[in-house]
Amino acid sequence: MHSIRNMFMIKKILIFLFISLNANAALEVTIAQGKVEPTPIAITQIFGADSDTARYGNTLRQIISNNLTNSGLFYTVNEDLYIQSENLVEKVPRFEDWKLIKAQFLLSADVSKIDKGIRLRMRLYDVFNAKEIEKLQLTIPDENLIRRVGHTVSDIVYERITGETGYFDTRIVYVSEVGPLDQRVKRLAIMDQDGHLDSHQFLTDGKNLVLTPRFAPNNQIITYMEYKNNLPRVYIYNLKTGEREIVGDFPGMTFAPRFSPDSQSVVMSFSDPNTANSEIYLMDLNTRALSRLTNDSGIDTSPSFSPNGEKIVFNSDRGGSPQLFIMDKNGGNIKRISKGKGVYGNPVWSPRGDLIAFTKLTQGNFHIGVMDINGNNERVIVRDFSLESPAWSPNGRYLIFHRQKRSNLDGTGGEVTLHFIDITGYNERVIPTPRDGSDPAWSPLL
Amino acid sequence: MLKKLFMLIVAGFFLVSCAATNTEQGGDVDAASASSSSSSGGEITAGTQEDLIVNVGDRVFFEFDSSELTVDAQATLDAQAAWLMQYPDTNITIEGHADERGTREYNLALGDKRAFSVYSYLAQAGIDTNRMEYVSWGKERPEVIGSDETAYSQNRRGVTTVSN
Repeated sequence: MHSIRNMFMIKKILIFLFISLNANAALEVTIAQGKVEPTPIAITQIFGADSDTARYGNTLRQIISNNLTNSGLFYTVNEDLYIQSENLVEKVPRFEDWKLIKAQFLLSADVSKIDKGIRLRMRLYDVFNAKEIEKLQLTIPDENLIRRVGHTVSDIVYERITGETGYFDTRIVYVSEVGPLDQRVKRLAIMDQDGHLDSHQFLTDGKNLVLTPRFAPNNQIITYMEYKNNLPRVYIYNLKTGEREIVGDFPGMTFAPRFSPDSQSVVMSFSDPNTANSEIYLMDLNTRALSRLTNDSGIDTSPSFSPNGEKIVFNSDRGGSPQLFIMDKNGGNIKRISKGKGVYGNPVWSPRGDLIAFTKLTQGNFHIGVMDINGNNERVIVRDFSLESPAWSPNGRYLIFHRQKRSNLDGTGGEVTLHFIDITGYNERVIPTPRDGSDPAWSPLL
Repeated sequence: MLKKLFMLIVAGFFLVSCAATNTEQGGDVDAASASSSSSSGGEITAGTQEDLIVNVGDRVFFEFDSSELTVDAQATLDAQAAWLMQYPDTNITIEGHADERGTREYNLALGDKRAFSVYSYLAQAGIDTNRMEYVSWGKERPEVIGSDETAYSQNRRGVTTVSN
């Protein structure tokens, strides 16, 4: 818990110590749909005067380079090609040298020890226009925050060059899985979005089955489902305090929780113990007031709010097979939106508001796709035997999900892994986890 | 401990007989009784989970995406009801399960409906609801590991477990 608390301190620290010395307008790089040619960026050595700061510099360079490359929008020009090798934080680069090796942008930085901790200075240059486009320095109290600095710098570079909001200084909560498939031990775990092992932490001990964690959009709170005393119920987990709390005192199963956009309410399914029929309810976390949103003899589950809080998309088999529906926030005006053949599930509204991600089972395979909010323009992003649990990056450009292999009667197979993909369908990557992983969800920017 | 061991043995035989007979429907009852004659040999305490598994059948199976009780399932539940009448001090928990071909959340809802189908059938057959609880495990606890219909048909199930 101690290190978690530390992680939260950094937000304030970064805000207070950011000294952005330059405020040019962001360079707009329009990103149309389809395959994007990654933009070449050169990242000089991140210079440090002693062995500690040189080590921090190496770590930082690696984090920044990995982040930018993994986004699919950049690639780091091979260091061996660099003609100019000096620190370019205080010195104007020889742009011709960088043009020659086709670097479109150039990042240089250095790290030093100062009285109050560790200081990073950074410069970002537009090589082709031969000008500086970002200049900043930031200070952290100790090296525990180095990874966050790397993610923050990555976000700044990403934002300055693409004009989109970054997503690197974020975390992923997911379910870590281990053991035989019929007695799986599942634990909540959390890590930086890049899955780096140094950032990985377990949040629960594996004693109780836990499923489907989701982040609040505005704070460091998670909602999830846990089988405590074999009673499946929805809980919230406050990452700042470590407190866990049941959401409401329901006589039957509660499941499929998600936060409202203001993070003040949880929308979820409740299975009436007198009928075992699942309906969608909204619970205000402050007043504990409960409102029922659906009323139908079919299964109603997997609700997900639109980012403006006006609508909810959900999964229902009211028409026979499971399909996607949209309703007003109070449950009115229900309309089916899924139009294709197949069994739909897991609808998740994009943080940009314009798309809904979903899973679809058809012809023996699962598909993860996106559609407009009226169900038009459905397109498949990835297809495989078993795919589930799409979740959006906070900037709405990427999805994470899990993929499970077929299992066999002898107990082999069934490996389940976390994946990242651009919604264009390109640039799929595995997010490394120490054990198997499922049900990923993305935090807001820290 | 012994109890667990015994159940493992029974479960083992159960698997073997299922794989061998490969029955689509109602294979549960046959398999369970088949294993009773071959595996028991020893003393089964009346009114226990072992008794239920071996001599009655502890589970029913469902069609894909359905929580309706088949004719075979109803026959098994009639036998369970009679058995529960015979042992009035026995309380049960009914578990509802789904195969892996649905989303986690939808399958939790489906498992609950399946468990409830068993629960309400037994209630209608005269079993006091104070003796019964039900819970959904969705697709989290398959009986048979495997990504084919043989496994799925065994995993879409409602299982009656003695809870006291």
